[in-house]
Amino acid sequence: MADDLKQTALHDLHVDLGAKMVPFAGYAMPVQYPMGVLKEHLHTRAAAGLFDVGHMGQCFIAAEDGTFETAAQALETLVPAAIADMEPGQQRYTQLLNDEGGILDDLMVSRIDMAGHDHMLYLVVNAGCKTSDFAHLEAHLPDGVSLSIKDDMLSLVALQGPMAVEIISRLNPDITKLVFMTHGEFELQLEDGPLYAHISRSGYTGEDGVEISAKHDDMKRLVGHLLSQDGVEPIGLGARDSLRLEAGLCLYGNDIDTTTSPIEAGLIWSVQKHRRTGEGYKGAARIAQDLAVKTRRLVGLKPEGRAPARAHTEIQDMNGKSIGEVTSGGFGPSVGGPVAMGYVDIPHNKAGTTVNLMIRGKANPAKIVKLPFVPNNYFRGE
Amino acid sequence: MLKFSKDHEWIRVEGDTATVGISDYAQKQLGDVVFVELPQVGDEIDANGEIAVVESVKAASEVYAPVAGEVTAINGALEGAPETVNAAPMGEGWFIKMSISDASDLDALMDEAAYKDYCEGL
Repeated sequence: MADDLKQTALHDLHVDLGAKMVPFAGYAMPVQYPMGVLKEHLHTRAAAGLFDVGHMGQCFIAAEDGTFETAAQALETLVPAAIADMEPGQQRYTQLLNDEGGILDDLMVSRIDMAGHDHMLYLVVNAGCKTSDFAHLEAHLPDGVSLSIKDDMLSLVALQGPMAVEIISRLNPDITKLVFMTHGEFELQLEDGPLYAHISRSGYTGEDGVEISAKHDDMKRLVGHLLSQDGVEPIGLGARDSLRLEAGLCLYGNDIDTTTSPIEAGLIWSVQKHRRTGEGYKGAARIAQDLAVKTRRLVGLKPEGRAPARAHTEIQDMNGKSIGEVTSGGFGPSVGGPVAMGYVDIPHNKAGTTVNLMIRGKANPAKIVKLPFVPNNYFRGE
Repeated sequence: MLKFSKDHEWIRVEGDTATVGISDYAQKQLGDVVFVELPQVGDEIDANGEIAVVESVKAASEVYAPVAGEVTAINGALEGAPETVNAAPMGEGWFIKMSISDASDLDALMDEAAYKDYCEGL
């Protein structure tokens, strides 16, 4: 493996656990552990999977005047989500857009919920985009609003699955009070001393679970503890991809990129109503245009046979006309068969439509289906 | 006679027909096999020509014929149970049976000991 690959703080642990390490977004990352992708996937849906996502970018945005409004308004010029109305502890999914409304990256934004710090925004961005994201933010945030990059200080892991919250809340019972897309700062009581972590009830597997940010050395202690708990197994990038695909979640670089808009990608739910007017942020006109003139949409595709359709597989209608392309596809272990997502021209996007996926030159029938392929298990409160 | 190719196919020769599959090393590298696309009985194949595609959870990989010949049988059981390739790559997980058009093709292949050395060097 290339020597110039970066390593996360948990690198040595992955190697000790027998992970197969691969280059990913400039990092050496575990693609699978000895359990294998299939079992890792099913384990996450049944118990709790621990993912090292320390390669992703973490940063804070804050205004010199110390107000939330200034920082929020600055970020609102770059993303289609409403930020200014976020409450402390609230988290939102959004996208950085270019001038044409194409997606530069997708990200999670949280308003910090801690006395004296609730004017700050915490962002998690994709590993492969983080350098350009940070440059984009630096270039476009106004004077008086600053970006603070924390990759050299903070690790990030995701604990996902139906047992995840029960397991992490043994270290602080208050964590059970979080609902989906909220977060907080927590002191976790480990046997060898407490540690502080920023925990959000979110993830990218379709399961209930948390993402945990902590200082590198604290994270090593925490991960050592979590892996000693019954029900927790380390999970690699292979299963992370099949889990998010079954959950109908977009992968940047596959399903969304600078040529796609959030509307085409089915992410309209992440653009609050008052942000759909065509003004107020970079690329806003494209949002309004794609809402008015429907050209193509990202859809779920369920092949009728067993052959998986991979990214870039051509989609044809039943007359042999090309109507789109698969953007993510593979085998869904929980579905027990192949699943895919891709763009099709409207009006071929209706659920129930039969299309052909051209796998190795042969037509394989598939049905257009509603996403996700497996029901999401997010905890939205009692 | 059992021989192996550098692409990790095995071929077991009994008389003038042979059975072909992928090695234990190959199935471990591929991970969980979820689909195997096989050729049709009667297909003429060249040495090193593609005979199958193995799909793991993550990716598709081609399988090549170690020698030239004609496909005389395919392992239809793999359609319903592709995981057999992981469980028994050298047995129940075979891919095709074929006739051999030129037995001298076999000379270019490795015996089991040479293949073991080859894998250890990878």
